[in-house]
Amino acid sequence: MKNLIKTICGISVFAFILASCGDGGKKASTVDATKKQGFVKCGVSQGLPGFSNADESGKWTGIDVDVCRAVAAAVLGDANKVKYTPLSAKERFTALQAGEIDVLSRNTTWTLERDAAIGLTFVGVNFYDGQGFMVRKATGIKSVNDFKDGVKVCTNTGTTTELNMADFFKSKGVKYEPVVFEKADEVVQAYDSGRCDTYTTDKSGLAAQRTKLTKPDDHVVLPETISKEPLGPVVRQGDAKWEDVVRWSLNVWIEAEEYGVNSGNIDSMKESKNPAIQRIVGAEGTKNGEALGLDQEWSYRIIKQIGNYGESYKKNIADTGILPDRGPNNLWTKGGILYVPPVR
Amino acid sequence: MKVLNYIRKRFFSSPIDAFLTLSIGYLIYLTIPPLINWTLIDATFSGNTKKDCVAGGACWVFVKMWFNRFLYGLYPNEEIWRINFAFSILIISIIVYRFLNPKFKKYLFIFLVLPFPILSLILFSGGLLGLPTVDTSEWGGLFLTLVISIFAIIFCFPIGVLLAMGRKSNLPVIKYFSIGFIEFWRGVPLITVLFMAGVMFPLLLPSGTNLDKLVRVIIAITLFEAAYMAEVIRGGLQAVGRGQYDASKAIGMGYWKSHIFIILPQALKLVIPGIANTFIALFKDTPLVFVVGLLEILGMVNLAKTNPYWLGMATEGYVFVAFVYWIFCFAMSRYSLSIEEKLKTTN
Repeated sequence: MKNLIKTICGISVFAFILASCGDGGKKASTVDATKKQGFVKCGVSQGLPGFSNADESGKWTGIDVDVCRAVAAAVLGDANKVKYTPLSAKERFTALQAGEIDVLSRNTTWTLERDAAIGLTFVGVNFYDGQGFMVRKATGIKSVNDFKDGVKVCTNTGTTTELNMADFFKSKGVKYEPVVFEKADEVVQAYDSGRCDTYTTDKSGLAAQRTKLTKPDDHVVLPETISKEPLGPVVRQGDAKWEDVVRWSLNVWIEAEEYGVNSGNIDSMKESKNPAIQRIVGAEGTKNGEALGLDQEWSYRIIKQIGNYGESYKKNIADTGILPDRGPNNLWTKGGILYVPPVR
Repeated sequence: MKVLNYIRKRFFSSPIDAFLTLSIGYLIYLTIPPLINWTLIDATFSGNTKKDCVAGGACWVFVKMWFNRFLYGLYPNEEIWRINFAFSILIISIIVYRFLNPKFKKYLFIFLVLPFPILSLILFSGGLLGLPTVDTSEWGGLFLTLVISIFAIIFCFPIGVLLAMGRKSNLPVIKYFSIGFIEFWRGVPLITVLFMAGVMFPLLLPSGTNLDKLVRVIIAITLFEAAYMAEVIRGGLQAVGRGQYDASKAIGMGYWKSHIFIILPQALKLVIPGIANTFIALFKDTPLVFVVGLLEILGMVNLAKTNPYWLGMATEGYVFVAFVYWIFCFAMSRYSLSIEEKLKTTN
């Protein structure tokens, strides 16, 4: 009997919770909610070198983390007011849809299906990645065209990496032998012990994994890229104001580098006569902040507290030895493809 | 001479024995010296960065530098005293409990099971009495492992007892509810349950509401383990002789009275090994919360080993975690043995 009463109690408590939450249905805008709670709810990875990672003191760092910090600096005035939620690849989109997080900055590839089908909006790209190959220098392979029939390829299971690899070898007409593992560490181990001739995954990952090999210098990443993996922050569909805030925090972060504005010189840049720079530092009379529903200094704070994109890249990706060469992630003016709409 | 005799008798009494002894000896020779070399002799203990590890053995510098993270997760450094405080009280109470006058044991036990977990939860999450709030997304490491397992253990035990009694009940509603509950939770893998609790459940709630992910996960593990617990306890209930039921009835005891004072004490005593088994399994199931992004001790190691300055430290991290798990599981098993010894009655 008691058991039954217990069950009924349980159900009624649950129903009560549901009912009391019912009036929360009227959704406040994310910008207002963020200001009210005093932190940006940001979804990050469970650890990806250079992108989102904790250090020994428990602080999150990485180029994906800097996007969240930029939004916090713009909206709340302090880049440290971020609540990070580490998410697995499987739960990242539902966490965003359910409102557990407001920005997803977790090395997520922008694809049509994700953008269109699941109620999410990609706001831009903060890293252009792509799948590449690593081989031993001793094999003499200089390009993906040198792969011969019977080549053994190590990679992870269940990701687009495997599919891209299949497509690639099919298009080249090369018969290959896949050697697949669940975890990146296993793949590296297998490649290192010589079980396969080449190792394929995203180039940022390849470079990071290379440092785990016994003799990293004996290996080389081939120049070709066989897939497009534009990674960027994601927000929920239907809150245009929040989407704009995140998008332009990202854009001003990148554009600051284009105009040579960085965390060190931004105070002196305030005196600049260049209207583009004046807009970036939020000088007198500029209207960008107002248009976004923020104050005038939103972009000043981003650059002052986080630095521009180039500084973030150097700190998180280049200096850590992951990808010292910026490649496509260089500005369009310097031979890369990083091109953002003008902040004006 | 005695020693030689002993060796011949124990290890070389027949050709098969001699062969087994030699091959096992060879296996030990193959595995143990390299292991000791790696973990101790060639290992690096001093230093602050990965670069200090040049000896070729294990790089314990990694564990040393990340020790606080492995224990406390991303819990803010200046608030760690709260965790230490609560767990010190727990450990002291457990020690005091052993030597306490039996009259007061009851009260300490009730304090430990009911108000203490709630008070410590308030202490951990803060937001009261001027303590800064620490969001559960910052909880992690061994601390989170213990929070999940302790709460799941405390809650799954009474639920398991009730379900076991329910399954043996004569009232059809209760009986079939219990059977349905047990078979449902036993029929699904824990990882699916966690995935539902962590990922799907928030989608079913009206938007804007948020039951904390950690709470959802603890509830899920509790219900899951309660089903296993129920079956273990049912085994105990069945082992108690029919005569005990009849005797308690004969002296005028009702259902609850007879169960609480006569049946359950005997039944639970019989299944202590099974209960300990379930608790140990529960403790070792906690790393599965990784699928919903909670960073318990193994999750923290996984996070640490992807730090660009500490790449390639997976083995050291996993060995450390294995060691920690072994200590806790071994302690649990010894503790259950000691309870068994204490409650042993010859009848």
